[in-house]
Amino acid sequence: MADIRSNFVGIKSPNPFWLASAPPTDKAYNVERAFRAGWGGVVWKTLGEAGPPVVNVNGPRYGAIWGADRRLLGLNNIELITDRDLYLNLTEIKRVKRNWPDRALVVSLMVPCEENAWKAILPLVEETEADGIELNFGCPHGMSERGMGAAVGQVPEYVEMVVRWCKQNTRMPVITKLTPNITDVRKPARAAHAGGTDAVSLINTINSITSVDLDDFAPEPTIDGKGTHGGYCGPAVKPIALNMVAEIARDPAMAGLPISGIGGITTWRDAAEFLVLGSGTVQVCTAAMTYGFKIVEEMAEGLKNWMDAKGHATLDDVIGRATPNVTDWQYLNLNYITKARIDQDLCIKCGRCHIACEDTSHQAITAIVDGARRFEVKEEECVGCNLCVNVCPVEGCIDMVPLAAGSLDQRTGEAVPPSYANWTTHPNNPSRVAAAE
Amino acid sequence: MADGHYADGIAAGRLSGEDYKRNFADLHPPLDAHEALVEADRCYFCYDAPCATACPTSIDIPMFIRQIATGNPLGSARTIFDQNILGGMCARVCPTETLCEEACVREEAEGKPVQIGRLQRYATDVAMAADRQFYERAASSGRKVAVVGAGPAGLACAHRLAMHGHAVTVLEAREKTGGLNEYGIAAYKAPDGFAQAEVDYVTAIGGIDIENGKMLGRDFALGDLLRDYDAVFLGMGLSGVNALRAEGEEAGGVENAVDYIAHLRQANDLSSLPVGRRVVVIGGGMTAIDAAVQARLLGAEEVTVCYRRGREQMNASVFEQDLAASKGVTIRHWLQPKKVLADGGRVTGIELEYTALSNGRLAGTGETVTLKADQVFKAIGQVFDAAVLNGSSASIALEGNRIKVDGEGRTSMPKVWAGGDCIAGGDDLTVSAVAQGRDAAESINRVLAG
Repeated sequence: MADIRSNFVGIKSPNPFWLASAPPTDKAYNVERAFRAGWGGVVWKTLGEAGPPVVNVNGPRYGAIWGADRRLLGLNNIELITDRDLYLNLTEIKRVKRNWPDRALVVSLMVPCEENAWKAILPLVEETEADGIELNFGCPHGMSERGMGAAVGQVPEYVEMVVRWCKQNTRMPVITKLTPNITDVRKPARAAHAGGTDAVSLINTINSITSVDLDDFAPEPTIDGKGTHGGYCGPAVKPIALNMVAEIARDPAMAGLPISGIGGITTWRDAAEFLVLGSGTVQVCTAAMTYGFKIVEEMAEGLKNWMDAKGHATLDDVIGRATPNVTDWQYLNLNYITKARIDQDLCIKCGRCHIACEDTSHQAITAIVDGARRFEVKEEECVGCNLCVNVCPVEGCIDMVPLAAGSLDQRTGEAVPPSYANWTTHPNNPSRVAAAE
Repeated sequence: MADGHYADGIAAGRLSGEDYKRNFADLHPPLDAHEALVEADRCYFCYDAPCATACPTSIDIPMFIRQIATGNPLGSARTIFDQNILGGMCARVCPTETLCEEACVREEAEGKPVQIGRLQRYATDVAMAADRQFYERAASSGRKVAVVGAGPAGLACAHRLAMHGHAVTVLEAREKTGGLNEYGIAAYKAPDGFAQAEVDYVTAIGGIDIENGKMLGRDFALGDLLRDYDAVFLGMGLSGVNALRAEGEEAGGVENAVDYIAHLRQANDLSSLPVGRRVVVIGGGMTAIDAAVQARLLGAEEVTVCYRRGREQMNASVFEQDLAASKGVTIRHWLQPKKVLADGGRVTGIELEYTALSNGRLAGTGETVTLKADQVFKAIGQVFDAAVLNGSSASIALEGNRIKVDGEGRTSMPKVWAGGDCIAGGDDLTVSAVAQGRDAAESINRVLAG
């Protein structure tokens, strides 16, 4: 059976599934329950500096959007870092690490952007014998108004500076957690890299208003008639997170920089996707907050099952395997031509492919054939866009079938060219370069 | 169990009060708001949806379900009522398993269609509970239309005519309005006085004057209507019942199933309603099932439906057959009545002959079986009584002994439209009667407005 033990910047865990720094990791009670359930590691919810703890709102902290059957698709929160006393957290961290030596225990930190503040807290964390620290440069709400969290993460110079302070003042591995609330995530990632970070983790939550109360005209979650933007997470953010992970993973300037992937991971498949795009571990929060800690069993077993089926023995066999296949649009093969094909045996005749194509795309799917309700692809109109596949409720009913080289593309009336050709050499491109011979 | 549960003969009070209450409770309890949302989420919002095509009233089903899913049940109800003002009753009585739900793509995908009927009931219940009226009468057209029969066809026709501003007079033979909704539907499908509540809801639009106790051919003639009104809609249903053509069927205890059901529907106290200990129902349609199931629910010990053909030929849907089986009704096939056995003028049993198909024709085999019975219900179909047209029959063409109409409900006689069970080529469904009444009203309006 596949070996999914993880060694991430020297932090070992029995599997790559860590709980992200968040409410599930705020205290020993939750973390020990998570370890009992099988989680490979946790990032303890962010500690702040010594002194009076932060206070949270006393009204609703979470907002959400739902899919069919009220499946939670996206969650946002306006909770701050831990509101428990620093020394209580440190005591519990030390005890938990001692009780669970085989699990990864990383401590998330957020203190003011002053070197002394970091110098003060780092030895306290070291003393717990935690495995590493994660710098919270991501939280977009509340703390950022006080010059911490995303306020730091959005300024690459600050990121580099704080990372450097940490590297100079602790022996522990430093993971820099990045905010997605920025135009180009590579900039702060490169800054962290320059500062000497051991790894980056991403994404933190996204600025968001999940909904608006239409009776009170107030954003949700509503606190006494007012609301504020919160940090968005859950399945809905996964595509954004995957892209940001890939952008960093394929950036030559950061080649080899370990990544802990975060963002909407709910199933083993989500986790595997983050791994193959370059993540060494994955961090989970919303899925646990939705279904409880038990989901890690499905994740770990599902990952192993897939690896076994595909002959991957260890995580190193899969991490980053998809990264080379992430490229720029301009390098996509314009001679790769696909046509939709509808399996009439699987088709349940809902007609969504037809109306999607008819109303919003290329009028390439029939509704009636010989007087009967039947949905067939008109190859002479199909541009191969894949919309029909995405709106079809039956998995596997519609396939995109590549045309073989030399066969006729009925839409263009031309034979499919046998060779790869992209935009850089396309005749319509004013900036084209000569095709390689 | 009440004393007298096993009393021979036809007796009242076989059950306890609790039993009656439980037995005649809502067959399909309403979905609550949560259940409705869960179910609504299952709808795929199909293009040119097969469910809507399968609906005789062409309700935009994906739209009304989407409106439920998006928290707009009133809008959903309006979508339903736009096509079917009796959408509340149809949600309760439609054989959805052979209409919209049979066509649902989830039936094909999973064998488990979206529960369209129950969702329709949810939305219409919300609107009716709120007494929300969606339609107003247009300015008075000055035209008068007579509607004969206050059943589903007549009510749907009257409502649509009222919307167009015409003054409608509905002439109804019975004391109460609603037709089969009030007198014919099995009690557990429309409990709690729903039929009358719906009549009130439909007629609240105004401009509809209902005169009860007025029967065509008895209290007035078609000629009177032609003289006094600009148009006439005939929706009086069927008044005759087919005979068993079995020896001795005049014996006491042999009854028309439709009459018994009507009696049951009007009973204030079900424990006062006598029912046989052993009941045999002759027939294979919805009425046979309704009579059989209700006889069981009233406490009959043995209820047997005897149908002269096989299971596949039964007009009662598979759902209805299964319902009957679940209530303890025995359904026997390939049996036709031969002789009603009686003692002292009261039925004691029925002799039936086995049947078989011979060269495509149904024929008795000569072999017989005798079932004990103290009550026999005839449910072998109703017939249209053309005599009520009262001398006009020469002018109104019939087809297969019912009124012949064209695609929009026009009879052969000018100014006269017809719909519901009294017309030829129908399927005897409430929902079809509604569609025919509605469409006839539109046709009438086109003529009157033209």
